[in-house]
Amino acid sequence: MTSSTTTKPAAGAMLPRRRRFGAETIFRWLTTGAGTAVLVIIVAIATFLIAEAVPALRDNKENFFTYKEWFTGPADRKFGIAALAFGTVLSATIALLLAVPVALGIALFLSHYAPRRISTTLGFLIDLLAAVPSIVFGLWGRDYLVDPVKDLSAWLNEYMGWLPLFGGDGPFGKSVLLGSIVLAIMVLPIITSLSREVFMQTPKANEEAALALGATKWEMIRTSVLPYGRPGIIAAVLLGLGRALGETIALAMTLGTTFVISFNLVETGGNSIAANIANKFGEADDFGRGALIASGLVLFTITLIVNMTARAIVYRRREFR
Amino acid sequence: MAKRIEASGVTAYYGAFKAIDSVSMTIEPKSVTALIGPSGCGKSTFLRSINRMHEVLPGARVEGRLTVDHQDIYERDVDVTAVRRMIGMVFQRPNPFPTMSIFDNVVAGLRLNGVRGKAALEEAAEKALRGANLWNEVKDRLKKPGGGLSGGQQQRLCIARTIAVEPQIVLMDEPCSALDPISTLAIEDLISQLKDKYTIVIVTHNMQQAARVSDRTAFFSIEKTGDPGRLVEYDDTQKIFTNPAERKTEDYITGRFG
Ligand SMILES: Nc1ncnc2c1ncn2[C@@H]1O[C@H](COP(=O)(O)OP(=O)(O)OP(=O)(O)O)[C@@H](O)[C@H]1O
Ligand SMILES: [Mg+2]
Repeated sequence: MTSSTTTKPAAGAMLPRRRRFGAETIFRWLTTGAGTAVLVIIVAIATFLIAEAVPALRDNKENFFTYKEWFTGPADRKFGIAALAFGTVLSATIALLLAVPVALGIALFLSHYAPRRISTTLGFLIDLLAAVPSIVFGLWGRDYLVDPVKDLSAWLNEYMGWLPLFGGDGPFGKSVLLGSIVLAIMVLPIITSLSREVFMQTPKANEEAALALGATKWEMIRTSVLPYGRPGIIAAVLLGLGRALGETIALAMTLGTTFVISFNLVETGGNSIAANIANKFGEADDFGRGALIASGLVLFTITLIVNMTARAIVYRRREFR
Repeated sequence: MAKRIEASGVTAYYGAFKAIDSVSMTIEPKSVTALIGPSGCGKSTFLRSINRMHEVLPGARVEGRLTVDHQDIYERDVDVTAVRRMIGMVFQRPNPFPTMSIFDNVVAGLRLNGVRGKAALEEAAEKALRGANLWNEVKDRLKKPGGGLSGGQQQRLCIARTIAVEPQIVLMDEPCSALDPISTLAIEDLISQLKDKYTIVIVTHNMQQAARVSDRTAFFSIEKTGDPGRLVEYDDTQKIFTNPAERKTEDYITGRFG
């Protein structure tokens, strides 16, 4: 097939033939292959999880979705996801509420306010923070942050105890607040460096359009930088949320491991699906492992729903991009 | 409404590089002034120093004196945003806000000025869009994104956005260079109409355009690359195009140079 494609056709001759095995085709196969591989892996994981979880779910003596506690010993086979799922979502939400404003502030400072040199150095430090393993955050939170958070909790409890969030009468310490603060610090770098990247990509023409209308710097950021970066911000927050929801060891070390559904942030307590898996996996028998895997499936579903919601948000505004 | 601009000894730098050297000229109210000259001679730089957009770039600064109706706009305690609100600018490439609807684009400047209230904004938007000869084309799709318009429509949208805040001076940097001949004519017509209310300064590479729309023409030039741009000749457009005083001007407009 080849010679006709490389020699120049004489005047009036037929056009060169389409190359059937060129780089284009190979590339298409490669990309299709990669795409399919992702699907295969996801299906394989899901199958594995379901196969492991089903037997344990079948022997469960309580309703998996509404029961709050987690007993998987030979005598007592009752476990439920309610408190764990609640704790997961609560700690991740609080973590994001703490992290997102700070992260966006830092990102804007780096992209639009700081002098070039400071911005590069600080950006580098933040990327470094993202590389710190979560066990380090966990240890640090457990050993060093716990006392300041205890004091903060006592203070919040004293002055804002009328809010259910800060109510109760102690003890304080290893609480949702501590876990969420550690989580917030952990997700901060991802959200910061992604949004900074997005903010820096704002077309100069848009920024100048705003400035030429008489916008102050902050107004310029509001009219051109933030709207332009919106999908990117959403993506960054989602990545952070994904990490917060799935974070295991740092939460296992900083939460109080209780099995209750409560909005109280300051009292010792709190738990999450991933932390529970970390705490229980070592001593679990086959049944216990199956039960933990079932909880893993729930976490998987929560993450999936969060992602799809965010995609829907980004997609709805696509006309304006 | 329209105001007089007086530049004396305006010199602009990008860092250590001097882009224009000591430009002095007076621009009359309610007139159209064209800035022409070869690429890189500092037309855009001079234009951007009139509304203090030059200093937006890192390291860029302006020396000399620039007054609008005898008020020095570079004085220390002058509010830059007020200067830019008074002196609107239309850029070479249409730059509507991509995430905003047509309507929101037009009223963006008003919202920045704190104008609220649906009725007031709607009225102002219609007035500005009519002023930019765009109303009939977009009145049924005001909620659609501004980026969905044709290039010429986008440019008129940008003009509408600029005149919506009722500036006193409108600066235009090659507003038609990305547009087809019909859109270009539409914008030229518009410029002739806007002249009744605003002082207009327009940069253009198109000699016919300068001749068609402007009352006065300023010819900028540079000796060689790396030198700052200078104002060579500034006179009535009629005179510049028929009987220029400077040899360089004549060479340029007859196409022998630049
Ligand atoms: N952002 C910048 N940084 C550094 N130098 C610049 C910058 N913008 C322009 N210059 C330089 O300043 C000089 C004048 O540029 P300017 O853009 O004002 O020219 P111009 O007359 O508008 O040219 P054109 O007709 O091509 O638009 C040129 O030598 C240019 O290289
Ligand atoms: Mg220019």
